[in-house]
Amino acid sequence: MTTPVTEIAVNFVAERTEVKGFIHSLETGAAVDGPGVRFVFFTSGCQFRCLYCHNPDTWKLHHGREMSVEDALAELKPYAGFLKFAGGVTISGGEPMMQPDFVGAVFKGAKERFGLHTTLDTQGYLHESLPDAWFEAVDLVMLDIKHSDPEQYKKITAQPLQPTLDFARRMAKMGKKMWIRYVLVPGLTDGFDDVERLADFVASLGEVVERVEVLPFHQLGQSKWTELGMAYELADTLPPSAECVARVRGQFAARGFFVS
Amino acid sequence: MDAANKEMLAVDPWREFVAGDWQARVDVRDFIQNNITPYEGDAAFLAGATARTQGIWDTLSVLLKEERARGVLDVSADRGASITAHDAGYIDEKNELIVGLQTDAPLKRAIMPNGGLRMVENGLEAFGFKIDPMVKEIWEKYRKSHNQGVFDAYTPAILAARKSGVITGLPDAYGRGRIIGDYRRVALYGVDFLMAERKKDWMAIKPPMTDDVIRLREECSEQYRALNELKVMAAKYGYDIARPAATAREAIQWTYFAYLAAVKEQNGAAMSFGRVSTFLDIFIERDIKAGVLNEEQAQEMIDDLVIKLRIVRFLRTPDYDALFSGDPTWVTESIAGMGLDGRTLVTKNSFRFLNTLYNLGPAPEPNLTVLWSTQLPRGFKDFAAKVSIDTSAIQYENDDLMRPKWGDDYGIACCVSAMAIGKQMQFFGARANLGKTLLYAINGGVDEKSGATVARGFEPITSDVLDYDEVMAKFLPMMDWVVETYVDALNTIHYMHDKYSYERIEMALHDRDILRTMACGIAGLSVAADSLSAIKHAKVHVIRNEDGLAVDYKIEGEYPAYGNNDDRADSIAVWLTETFMEKIKAQPHFYRNATPTQSVLTITSNVVYGKKTGNTPCGRRSGEPFSPGANPMNGRDVKGFVASGASVAKIPYSAALDGISWTSSATPDALGHTAEERIRNLANCLDGYVAAGGFHVNVNVFNRDTLIDAMEHPEEYPQLTVRVSGYAVNFVKLTREQQLDVINRTFHGKM
Repeated sequence: MTTPVTEIAVNFVAERTEVKGFIHSLETGAAVDGPGVRFVFFTSGCQFRCLYCHNPDTWKLHHGREMSVEDALAELKPYAGFLKFAGGVTISGGEPMMQPDFVGAVFKGAKERFGLHTTLDTQGYLHESLPDAWFEAVDLVMLDIKHSDPEQYKKITAQPLQPTLDFARRMAKMGKKMWIRYVLVPGLTDGFDDVERLADFVASLGEVVERVEVLPFHQLGQSKWTELGMAYELADTLPPSAECVARVRGQFAARGFFVS
Repeated sequence: MDAANKEMLAVDPWREFVAGDWQARVDVRDFIQNNITPYEGDAAFLAGATARTQGIWDTLSVLLKEERARGVLDVSADRGASITAHDAGYIDEKNELIVGLQTDAPLKRAIMPNGGLRMVENGLEAFGFKIDPMVKEIWEKYRKSHNQGVFDAYTPAILAARKSGVITGLPDAYGRGRIIGDYRRVALYGVDFLMAERKKDWMAIKPPMTDDVIRLREECSEQYRALNELKVMAAKYGYDIARPAATAREAIQWTYFAYLAAVKEQNGAAMSFGRVSTFLDIFIERDIKAGVLNEEQAQEMIDDLVIKLRIVRFLRTPDYDALFSGDPTWVTESIAGMGLDGRTLVTKNSFRFLNTLYNLGPAPEPNLTVLWSTQLPRGFKDFAAKVSIDTSAIQYENDDLMRPKWGDDYGIACCVSAMAIGKQMQFFGARANLGKTLLYAINGGVDEKSGATVARGFEPITSDVLDYDEVMAKFLPMMDWVVETYVDALNTIHYMHDKYSYERIEMALHDRDILRTMACGIAGLSVAADSLSAIKHAKVHVIRNEDGLAVDYKIEGEYPAYGNNDDRADSIAVWLTETFMEKIKAQPHFYRNATPTQSVLTITSNVVYGKKTGNTPCGRRSGEPFSPGANPMNGRDVKGFVASGASVAKIPYSAALDGISWTSSATPDALGHTAEERIRNLANCLDGYVAAGGFHVNVNVFNRDTLIDAMEHPEEYPQLTVRVSGYAVNFVKLTREQQLDVINRTFHGKM
């Protein structure tokens, strides 16, 4: 028996349009990656080389597992009912915007098929090539701003600061809700004036910023650097003191932000 | 008799209560349904600890510290325990609101030789005490014990299975427990009414005198006698409990006296309290409405009751402690749940019981068990979640699963065993080791550790690579052998327990005709499921020793593990549970026509089971602990909390009506950034788990570092409480092995 021509055509088109992405890992119950309890896809691949990265094993794209959009949505599906009521889906990384076709399609699918709240966890660097329409399926952007000073930013991440600031303004202009995240590393990001400068910038974004998260640096990522055979510059850095965390949170709170 | 007691004689104890069927016959549920005041608000009304409460707790804390140092503070080794064996005892007589101790001094343990003299002697010896020669003579010469009876009847197959550990933890050397007297009946009706009812029951049991009729008539007589002893016991404290309780304080006191009689008479593995808090709320509400009681006083009485429940003690043997570590007593109190009519059974007293964990600090006992329904009021859900996050002392069980099966007046015995209060009991059966059963299938009944032939008449697998179909063909008949041997053992044990160590007072607080379940159990579900998954989805090579015994396995390739919401593995766990249950049901005889059930629960015996089991085809090393209960193996559930829970929730309750236990640990930071977020996220997760059909979950919230520090500096963590598997323990009272097992469990750094 021969296969009808029409079916072959359909299959052929489906294969051609089947977008695939690279996923480092999945987490079905994350409570600190956006509002509520969330399913998180950690994509692999990132052009940043942050000194304090706690997932350096996600830097290389091909360290991930290749997965189609349908595979990704199938992973999500069993939890959809629960997530709709308890939280939603977050795509984090790595840097999700390194795989825009894949990530965009997963967001779209999560929204259209399951009606889930969607969150993009990004450092903002790669937005320029993406059209505004790409962000339609994103309900919340969690934007990581590593530092407010361009020199320091480059030192920490090995990339320029400006694209991230541009991204923040672009999102503000689009009226996209944002949570700003700031990793507090003693000796690196805890300077009073640096925090003031960032807080002023964030304040200038307006009401779209719903929350600022000040995340105290921790050493939990250190073992991964060792496993990967890479030198870890922050091996001797301690977590920030409670006073320091309170002071920095206070600097943001002084601008009227909800800070956690 | 105290003054208050005398004064109350003149008052109608049932004044203000809504009348109903409960007045004509024993029906506590009907009383609750007619008189409950459901509470849908939040925790703002609660009162803190008074100076009096704090004083009692401080007095006790000194003794508790000494007990921790010595293991056992003191023993009354001079007499066999009974309801009336000891005089009244107090912690601080003048200041106690609720009175009564198991012996004549706090933390002084009684001996209960009816279970077995040898166990009493072992227990005494372990802690440096000696038995009274007269007691020894009585139980050696004139009186036979449960333990002796069992070993008089055991078959060689049972003895071999018991020795190798393919069946472990059988209640043949300790009291079976898992029976909940309806202690509330004493408060609502008074003892005289209950005695009169039991007399009528006795009269109604007519000849011909078959074995069953004789036994029931004898038991009713024993129950009647025990009720009378209960009155005598209360009189030693100056109370006449012949009549119903007339005030809230009396209701608490009467209920506690009934429970106290049970723990004076029986050293059961689990001596659960029932479903008391909402019942007592009715009396408290009445007194508050009448203006004779305020919130602070109400909380004070509950705090005082809970102090008593915290110091229930039994003398146990080192063998027992290895199985059930941390000196647990399973004084399980079931809180909340929904009524059949859709009203919640949450009352203010549900909150007060949980509030004791703040007023007195965290503690493992009483084993506070929240019957969770997605329909519970938000205020209670949030408070329970908050208490969990702050204390790690609560377990949750799925009321939406149990209510349709057992009604709305069931309680949890021990960890996860639901039973309609006063209408049902179980014959506790510990558990069979599924992991080892699989190894026996591979080795033809020869034990992989000792080399002894345990199951006779089986051929081993001889191929170098395990073939799934061949393993299955050997595994099924091996399960048959284990189940048959197991049920034979349980029939023997419960026959003898009834005969030599009958729970007189507990059964006096049941209906005459009750449902009996025979609660079998399985350990090593995840080990067996993962092993079969490895055999099916990867390639498992067998490594044999010089005698040809399979002693190790090499896995080539990867296999899907149970705990990742992956049906390829989870369906095997479901199949194992259902198949084992079918095989149990197929057995020809259950003592006293018991209905067979099973649990997927290990308590802390997962450590002992692991110790007794060699390398398994899943890659687990010989001696390594099993995962507790229905948990996935540590570190193999890699997709986080929700996927792990989803796998556990697939184990069907219908095939494990005695309960399915899951223990989960998360760090506080993983639950959310703010206190409110943590509460909401945890409550939502509980809703999600329950809605998915998950049966039970222990919620632990702490950092691993805290536990490690507590191992090094136990003196700084006297009240650090962790949930292990259906119960909670003081972490510092666990054996070092068990502490390490808890620390090595999967901590969801994400929730």
